[in-house]
Amino acid sequence: MTALSIAPRRRPAHGRATPYLYLAPFMLLYVVAVLGPLVYALYTSLFTSRLIGGSKFGWFTNYTRAFSSGQFWSGIGRVVVFGIVEVPIMLFLALFFAMLLDMGITRLGGFFRLAYFLPYAVPGVVGTIMWGFIFEPQFGPFVQISHWLGGGAPAFLNPGGILPTIGFISIWQTAGFNIIILFTALRNVPHDLTEAAVVDGASLSRIMMRIKVPMVRGAITLSGFLGIIGTLQLFTEPYVLASFTSSINTTYTPNMYIYSSAFGAQDFNYAAAISFVLGIVTVGAAVLVLLVRRQRRPDSAEVGAEAVA
Amino acid sequence: MSSQNIHTTLGIRRPTRFVLIAAMMVFLVIILLPLYWIIVSATKNQAALYGSFGFWFHGPFNLWQNIHDLFTYRSDIFGRWLLNTAIYSLVGGGGATILACLGGYAFSRFEFRGKGALFATVIASLLVPTTALTIPTYILYSKIGLVNNVFGMLIPSLVSPIGIYLMRVYIDGSVPAELIDASRIDGAGERTIFLRVAAPLMMPGAVTVLLFTVVATWNNYFLPFIIFSRQDLYPVTVGLSLWATQAVAGGSAEQLYPLVVTGGIFAVLPLMILFVVLQRYWRAGLLTGAVK
Repeated sequence: MTALSIAPRRRPAHGRATPYLYLAPFMLLYVVAVLGPLVYALYTSLFTSRLIGGSKFGWFTNYTRAFSSGQFWSGIGRVVVFGIVEVPIMLFLALFFAMLLDMGITRLGGFFRLAYFLPYAVPGVVGTIMWGFIFEPQFGPFVQISHWLGGGAPAFLNPGGILPTIGFISIWQTAGFNIIILFTALRNVPHDLTEAAVVDGASLSRIMMRIKVPMVRGAITLSGFLGIIGTLQLFTEPYVLASFTSSINTTYTPNMYIYSSAFGAQDFNYAAAISFVLGIVTVGAAVLVLLVRRQRRPDSAEVGAEAVA
Repeated sequence: MSSQNIHTTLGIRRPTRFVLIAAMMVFLVIILLPLYWIIVSATKNQAALYGSFGFWFHGPFNLWQNIHDLFTYRSDIFGRWLLNTAIYSLVGGGGATILACLGGYAFSRFEFRGKGALFATVIASLLVPTTALTIPTYILYSKIGLVNNVFGMLIPSLVSPIGIYLMRVYIDGSVPAELIDASRIDGAGERTIFLRVAAPLMMPGAVTVLLFTVVATWNNYFLPFIIFSRQDLYPVTVGLSLWATQAVAGGSAEQLYPLVVTGGIFAVLPLMILFVVLQRYWRAGLLTGAVK
């Protein structure tokens, strides 16, 4: 800034087109990969497929069909219940272990962080295949252990056990990523905030709960936000597990319903419409999380510091 | 560091500390259990996989045979899948990173008409779930010949709105505007400034974005699953899930179970090595994303 004021307006700082040239490659592909499909699918979703004679314009026929479809709503209901249970458990575990790592409970913190993070490097498909074989009710290791102990086959993949099992697998897959996010955020809390409390003789758990955790609310929101988007999109885990068990039908989650409408029933117009409804539900849920966060913002670190002192 | 030392001596009594470490160990065991299982299983033949205890070794030692079978089964298709995955991830992730550097630089260091609206558009798409976009993508791409086409996989992989966001935040913090202005006054061209002045300072952020975009493409399942019906175009995720389905459904007619298990290791190992080697970067990079 100072440099510019020394040599005032010798020539424009840069050509007017320059920033657009930097942005052009991304924006071009953005149109082909994001906007194009959205616009075209919106257009397609307004047509209805017929068995003979292609498709005909039907305004919102597909949308009214989606809204009155029991299969669609049972899928939505399932992932909502799943999200309400899975996301808080995952966040609690992630925050708990992030706090332990931040407290320096063990000298092997670096090792634990790396190990907890490893599942992030495992493709969801491979993670699900591994757990699928481990939970397999005929020859999986857990059923073997259960037999030795004189028990029957555990209910991991039964109709009653399958949703908790999917939740377990996705917690296994995502907790480590969130542990790292929350751990780095906890580490970033300015030292002077905690040191005053240390001098005043506050215990470590009080410092953690009253100062540090309120300070990382933003990171917790981010984790919750990603978690909600992830659960509403549930596809890979149930789809892969469906080959291990008959407890999962083809319309188990909204995304599986979309998939079976498109490739099973070959009704792409309808599939496009449900994609939109699911997208809107997801954006709505995400915006809700952000609004809740914004409302809570006022109570800041100072309040926490006072409470400890 | 000093605060960590204070912490370890502060306020946590021995028994409590023991319970907390035990909790960390239990979680560690759960995290590592399937990885341990897959290593044990890759040393077994089909009969031992069905007949022996899953969490312990059982002879004969069949690992080399499994690897050999894996890479020769159905005219070497597994090697092809692995190669496809590597190509999609490197081209998709590498390209996405370059685009994110260019775009993030424009958003961070330039003022121009429409900047706010363009950035909002990019950020809004973070809310649009990628899988909800996949069927619409298929519908459009089937009209323009991008189904069963490598570009149908590559184009969506090249677009990383989160990469743009992270690079903008990173450049805001690490490429001083004064430095760029000074270079302009010294008479350097825009291209030189980007390549010689800004790019070196952007490197740590770029490596992080590269890591995440490579992983996102490597682990992607839904998009290639939808876009490709030709098996020779499959990435390893789609190929393995196909074999897993056949292994579970088909029983022992074809000896697929050892192949799925051994293949799983090959699908996971490259990324794990990458993460261990590049620890420094993903730790710093998550910080950028989480704090802002």
